[in-house]
Amino acid sequence: MGQPIIEIQDVSKTFGAGGGAVHALEHVSLTVERGEIFGIIGLSGAGKSTLVRCMNLLERPTEGRVIVDGRELTALRKQELRQARRSIGMIFQSFNLLMQRTALDNVTFPLELVGVSRDEARKKGRQLLETVGLGDRADAYPAQLSGGQKQRVAIARALATDPAVLLCDEATSALDPTTTLSILELLKELNRKLGVTVVIITHEMKVVERICHSVAILSGGVVAEQGRVEDIFTNPRTEIGRQLVYPDGVRLDELMASRVVRIAFTGGSSYEPLIASLVMDCGVKVNILGADTRDIDGKAFGTMLLGLPEDPAEAARAVKYLQSQPNLTVEEVPQK
Amino acid sequence: MMEAISGFWAQYGDILLDGLADTGVMVGVSTVFAYLLGLPLGVLLVVTRPDGITPNRWVNRIIGWIINIGRSIPFLILMVAIMGFTELIVGTKIGVRGAIVPLVVSAAPFIARMVETSLTEVDAGVVEAAQSMGATPWQIVWKVYLPEAKPSLILGASISIITILAYTAIAGAVGSGGLGDLALRYGYQRDVPSMLWTTVVLIVVIVQIIQTVFSWLARKLDKRLR
Repeated sequence: MGQPIIEIQDVSKTFGAGGGAVHALEHVSLTVERGEIFGIIGLSGAGKSTLVRCMNLLERPTEGRVIVDGRELTALRKQELRQARRSIGMIFQSFNLLMQRTALDNVTFPLELVGVSRDEARKKGRQLLETVGLGDRADAYPAQLSGGQKQRVAIARALATDPAVLLCDEATSALDPTTTLSILELLKELNRKLGVTVVIITHEMKVVERICHSVAILSGGVVAEQGRVEDIFTNPRTEIGRQLVYPDGVRLDELMASRVVRIAFTGGSSYEPLIASLVMDCGVKVNILGADTRDIDGKAFGTMLLGLPEDPAEAARAVKYLQSQPNLTVEEVPQK
Repeated sequence: MMEAISGFWAQYGDILLDGLADTGVMVGVSTVFAYLLGLPLGVLLVVTRPDGITPNRWVNRIIGWIINIGRSIPFLILMVAIMGFTELIVGTKIGVRGAIVPLVVSAAPFIARMVETSLTEVDAGVVEAAQSMGATPWQIVWKVYLPEAKPSLILGASISIITILAYTAIAGAVGSGGLGDLALRYGYQRDVPSMLWTTVVLIVVIVQIIQTVFSWLARKLDKRLR
């Protein structure tokens, strides 16, 4: 594994005090590795925005330490913190562009702040606009751009100071599905070409499965699960994880089977021969309750819910058979 | 009719032009100095708010108090009350120079509130983006707050200038010179109604011109409206 670039150590954030206090984050710890795309997913109110804002100290944690690129941000003085923030780019749901400046002048803004000469800044700004596919819109004002174009300008601006990390706070939530995909592809490409570590906050599983390598699931201010995206997808261990992976919520209490197992395919195999051979080899009839395939980082992942027969011996035989198959994980789904 | 007008102009034309010039000087100079005081106060009010970029509860409160006190004293009373101070600053209590000091003292708090309102309209997200880039509070004021609020500040300026113009007419009551002074001296004390109405028309025209020009400028400079 790579080396850590962001370390969140036992971070808590409480807003307000006394009886009205809101605990947005409670003892959150996680590590983002250099060069990866890290997703933080959760339902609204889970604390994910607070968490990403703690990564550049726009929000100061009530407790805990935040270390980015070897510097402990939580220990820095104001001036040092401003310095450190220059190596952490950030983009937002509402783009937050300067409305009275052109696209190019928005991109050169962070360079202006650090005193880069105007000519040099404009040259770099034009290159960056080229990189995000807006080379011809340099002189347009934000009001003249579409949502997707605005976010591209914001991305170019966030990258102007060559940051090691790009934080994305619900960066695609205000965009339509097609534009969302194109922005995600751009982030993926920038991650690959520039090696910039990307942290993405989202409430959409689509976003995570599309581009993330690792993911943390946040729920009620705590990390419920974290790990590689394919692991979480094939085998979500928590209720919230299952809710996010299967948003349409297969309601187990409505299923007619007494025992249900979730199987996940991690290789190139397909369902049909497996189920067919299960029936033929074991003489056990199973019920397919639901199935789904996902494309995670170019690899196909399939999951299926199977209802097992009432008879315990037959059910056990089926589980045993499934467990013996390669490229397959089997998990019994607890029933109420 | 024409004869009456040319007769009126022959008799009062020079006086009116002088009055116009005096009003222009009072409004112009007072506006400049009132902004030199009011703009920084308005900026301080915004940046020191609890959710501002450099929160400072006491600075915020004290400036708030000063502004509220300044705004609650009627202009006529303030003018009389600070006459000693006025003389200390400009060497006289009356005339155009004597009017400028109370005009500035009275308009600055008003302007501070106008500026505060304009800056508050700037999207908090944009300020936050600048903070995330490591901008200093000073840079945020100069490169985010003021430029982003520019159209609103210009519209606010038209309201401030028109308010100052109205104050100069009140200042006429203590012999400041200018159109208000003419209206009182000729229209009221010497009973020349044509003089009274001429000054009224002039002031109305000036207000219209200021409002039109500033509204046009604000629209022209606002890049959100393209």
